Amino acid sequence: MEHSFASPSGHPQPHQRHFNPYSENGGTILAIAGANFSVIAGDTRQSEGYSIQTRYAPKVFRLTDKAVLATNGFAADGNMFVKKVRQRLEWYRHAHSKDMPIRAIARLIQTMLYARRFFPYYVYNILGGIEEDGSGAVYSFDPVGSYEREACRAAGAAQSLVQPFLDNQIYFKNQTPAHGTSHPAHLPLDHVLELVIDSFTSATERHIEVGDGLEIYVVLAKGSTPQVLDRWQGVTEMTTTQDGERMFVIRRNLKRD
Amino acid sequence: MTSVFSPPGFNFSNQSRNDFIAEKGIPMPKATSTGTTIVGCLFADGIVLGADTRATEGDIVADKNCEKIHYITESIRCCGAGTAADTEFTTALISSNMELHALSTGRKPRVVTAMTMLKQMLFRHHGNIGAALVLGGVDATGPHLFTVAPHGSTDKLPYVTMGSGSLAAMAVFESSWKPNMSRDDALQLVKDAISAGIFNDLGSGSNVDACIITASHTEMLRNVEMPNQRVEKERQYRFARGTTAWKSEEIRKLVVSEEVILLAGGDEMDTT
Repeated sequence: MEHSFASPSGHPQPHQRHFNPYSENGGTILAIAGANFSVIAGDTRQSEGYSIQTRYAPKVFRLTDKAVLATNGFAADGNMFVKKVRQRLEWYRHAHSKDMPIRAIARLIQTMLYARRFFPYYVYNILGGIEEDGSGAVYSFDPVGSYEREACRAAGAAQSLVQPFLDNQIYFKNQTPAHGTSHPAHLPLDHVLELVIDSFTSATERHIEVGDGLEIYVVLAKGSTPQVLDRWQGVTEMTTTQDGERMFVIRRNLKRD
Repeated sequence: MTSVFSPPGFNFSNQSRNDFIAEKGIPMPKATSTGTTIVGCLFADGIVLGADTRATEGDIVADKNCEKIHYITESIRCCGAGTAADTEFTTALISSNMELHALSTGRKPRVVTAMTMLKQMLFRHHGNIGAALVLGGVDATGPHLFTVAPHGSTDKLPYVTMGSGSLAAMAVFESSWKPNMSRDDALQLVKDAISAGIFNDLGSGSNVDACIITASHTEMLRNVEMPNQRVEKERQYRFARGTTAWKSEEIRKLVVSEEVILLAGGDEMDTT
């Protein structure tokens, strides 16, 4: 039954209809920092409800030769946000004749997100790349700009499936080291890539919104050797400058059901 | 003293309490839903039923290979979509009553009989039993195919689909179904319809089950198609002995031994 427009006094009352500008497009992203590299990955399925909108919509974006941004949540907001961040990075390049350092990009993203405190970008961001000192970095954000530098982070639909796995395998949570030994602070690149792939194949098995394709960005610090990537199929180099950080993307298939 | 007698059928004694709790803002537990693709299709000498094998709880996959084609009688089967428990118990109850009906009449039971029992049960419960069914079989009057909606309404059609993947599957039927198809063509069409659901509907997934019912024979084809096998993991996740920490240790003997001493003779069994 329709609600009456007339108030008890008989005067017509203003009537508010609800419009929801947000939607949730599924998928999952994750990033892991190594000693001298950073790995940023995301699946490529974009969905709404029980429907697949597209099997290939990238969620991971190259910002500079040493910074990659992964976005998850409302895809339209994510794409627009990446566009705005890239615009600010271009202005920075014109003003300073260099790429913005990653810790500065992180702070920029914080202020850009908080600027929309009362009409937020409905997006969880993970920024990965190489710090000025050559160390691998991962920064994770909430939709209104709270952020933190971490060694690893998962976000999105399957965050609750992937993050506990990462806590156990990266931070060695709930694992006591054998007597007289200790856990490593950073894992080697091939080990990290194996964990990333297993995270996504497992999330695909048990989460209906994860699947179709996987894009893994690898950023290597200056002077590190990319030979470890030789054993992996489907590697494409994305580096645009010489003798700086090097960037690669690994593309893989995930189950499509 | 309170009665220990429990009447047959559903127990509604917590209904008003649960309504009160729900009004306070505490949500009721959610049932496993088979956000499903199920289909049925008529062909030259019978019926082909089909189903996917994914069961979900919200956006999590609860079962990767469940069975959604339920037994009613030897030549009548029923695909279930909706609340998993409701489809299982409803079909099991009707299957039981159909067996009793066959015994009391001495005839092979008809598909309309099962359909009528299902719709009357579902209508009686005002849609509270969340079962959306595709019922098919062959009896003395020929092949029959029905859908039964949760509120009790039914359809009788030559090809039907239900569940969250019903639109994807129906698109396949609408483009390719023809009257009097061969058994192989009908099975291929059902496989294609279920596959459309598996790959295009997030609520459906994993494998294809099918069931071919003719006047003389019923063939249950469990996992006829398995297009979604798990890929091999990159690493092995085995933990070394001693990985799990413990706070205290207590070892107890679980085997209790006792010694029996006979006080006097004469009680031994006579084994002569």
